[in-house]
Amino acid sequence: MAVVQFSEEKLNKVKEIIARYPEGKQKSALIPVLHLAQEEFGGWLSAETMDYVAGILQITPIEVYEVATFYSMFNLKPVGKYLFEVCQTGPCMVSGSDQIIDYIKNKLGIGVGETTPDGMFTLKTVECLGACGYAPMMQLGKHFREHLTPAKVDEIIAECRAKAN
Amino acid sequence: MGRKLLLDKAHIEGIRYYDTYRANGGYAAAEKALKSMGAEAVVEEVKKSGLRGRGGAGFPTGLKWSFIAKPEGVPRYLVCNADESEPGTFKDRYLMEFIPHLLVEGLLISSFALGANRAYIYIRGEYAWIPDILEQAIAEAKNKGWLGKNILGTGYDLEIFVQRGAGAYICGEETALLESLEGKRGNPRIKPPFPAVKGLWGCPTVVNNVETIAAVVPIINIGGDEYIKFGIGKSTGTKLISACGNINKPGVYEIEMNISVEEFIYSDEYCGGIKGGKRLKACIPGGSSVPVLPANLLLKTAKGETRMMTYESLNDGGFATGSMLGSGGFIVMDEDQCIVRNTLTFARFYHHESCGQCSPCREGTGWMKKVLHNIEYGKGKMSDIDLLWDIQRKIEGNTICPLGDAAAWPVAAAIRHFRDEFEWHVKHPDEALTRNFGLAHYADPLPAPAPAAV
Repeated sequence: MAVVQFSEEKLNKVKEIIARYPEGKQKSALIPVLHLAQEEFGGWLSAETMDYVAGILQITPIEVYEVATFYSMFNLKPVGKYLFEVCQTGPCMVSGSDQIIDYIKNKLGIGVGETTPDGMFTLKTVECLGACGYAPMMQLGKHFREHLTPAKVDEIIAECRAKAN
Repeated sequence: MGRKLLLDKAHIEGIRYYDTYRANGGYAAAEKALKSMGAEAVVEEVKKSGLRGRGGAGFPTGLKWSFIAKPEGVPRYLVCNADESEPGTFKDRYLMEFIPHLLVEGLLISSFALGANRAYIYIRGEYAWIPDILEQAIAEAKNKGWLGKNILGTGYDLEIFVQRGAGAYICGEETALLESLEGKRGNPRIKPPFPAVKGLWGCPTVVNNVETIAAVVPIINIGGDEYIKFGIGKSTGTKLISACGNINKPGVYEIEMNISVEEFIYSDEYCGGIKGGKRLKACIPGGSSVPVLPANLLLKTAKGETRMMTYESLNDGGFATGSMLGSGGFIVMDEDQCIVRNTLTFARFYHHESCGQCSPCREGTGWMKKVLHNIEYGKGKMSDIDLLWDIQRKIEGNTICPLGDAAAWPVAAAIRHFRDEFEWHVKHPDEALTRNFGLAHYADPLPAPAPAAV
């Protein structure tokens, strides 16, 4: 397993984040730094990663664990290279999100919360992401994919496969 | 065409960038506030405008500002609540994405009025691409001397920072937001003390919604007296409405608060009617937390008056026959939608989002989800409907923060107005799995109100 260690560039980014808060309030940097760590260290937060973040911010590991377990965007288990987070709350539901979730399940041959055997895709259902007018939708990495249809889902899957190769 | 104050320039190409924003009158309000008005006059102007919090609660903004404590030598903070997470609501996203400088300018004026030298924009983590847009706008503004030290030579300093959350609806509650900004779990605080006295890092803090802060810009530009000419009564100014569900034109609309609900749904200027020529069954006019109304009570009040898109009219009849303007998350359901299933998704949402501090909310939301699941999937009993009613009643008012109420109200309203549909699910378990109850009588004209007893 790779050593958990930010690059010089990322460490500078951490310093820049800490500088946003008054002296001694570096704990406020925890959520932004956890986002950074999750991006850097394989898309999820291992105990090792969380301990590392605690060290950088000079807080106790438990302070990191309690935050990491509270917020739904932090993954505490490994996920596939591409994480499909499909919204299933009311406004998406009335616009057909159930059918989209079923379609993705069939297409990828996995259930919700599962990862394809090749480690490529993970399917997760999430609660309202604030794209209700453009439903059904999902989050993929940093961006939203909206107005989903089965054809669009096919395109996204093909796009991910092409990018991975 | 309705007049606009926030999105009037949203269509201009390049308005996201400083030069275009400035060339179209941007930062004129900031200049006016800092150079010729002074902090107290800004607060007075906002009070005069009647501006009410646009995040959902509708509390008068000027009044909220006037509560901020000013102990000597203690910093004050302005925190912008961009944690937009109420199902049906996506208006702030639009504003931040398309006219970020309107928010930056609003933050400058508001921070100046409050005497805050640091402001934070706390944005929901899922809007992962928007911090880049905001940070670019902040950098541009700073470069042009609108942020930083000694702004416009007035001696006033301000820095604005953007902080991303990480997926928690509860962080839209202002004290949970402050906890999160301090690097903790988003557990709401017990009030008092209110943030105006003890907020971020124990210092006096005002938390305002994105749209509220943006609205300060036109208020300073045109003056509070002009602002109240938009809208009706205590619903002054314009409101962003994010419309979604089964309509022809979902999206974000800026309305003057003087149009009817019917016009908003059916006119081509706004939602453009129900998709596929279907009929309207129900609507949740202000985000998932506010009571759902059947078509007949949505378009007209119980008194037979036209229902308007204002705080007061949407609330006409209280929760017995009315709803709320809330956050402006306008969710429309057509005749094919199932109220039980929709209510189930909300119960699941609130169960997922409960922070877990208060037992009535933590346990109650889970029970509501289970009972609704049983009813929706044809395994419910008649007594389950009363059980649901009982659970929601025991959550409401018994929690530290309003998430408990927000979870209880949609369930209460669904049973209050759509009890027939719940009963139908119980009586026809096989059909409940294969078809929906449909429109039934929910769009029928209401009986004329009984004449007053003599």
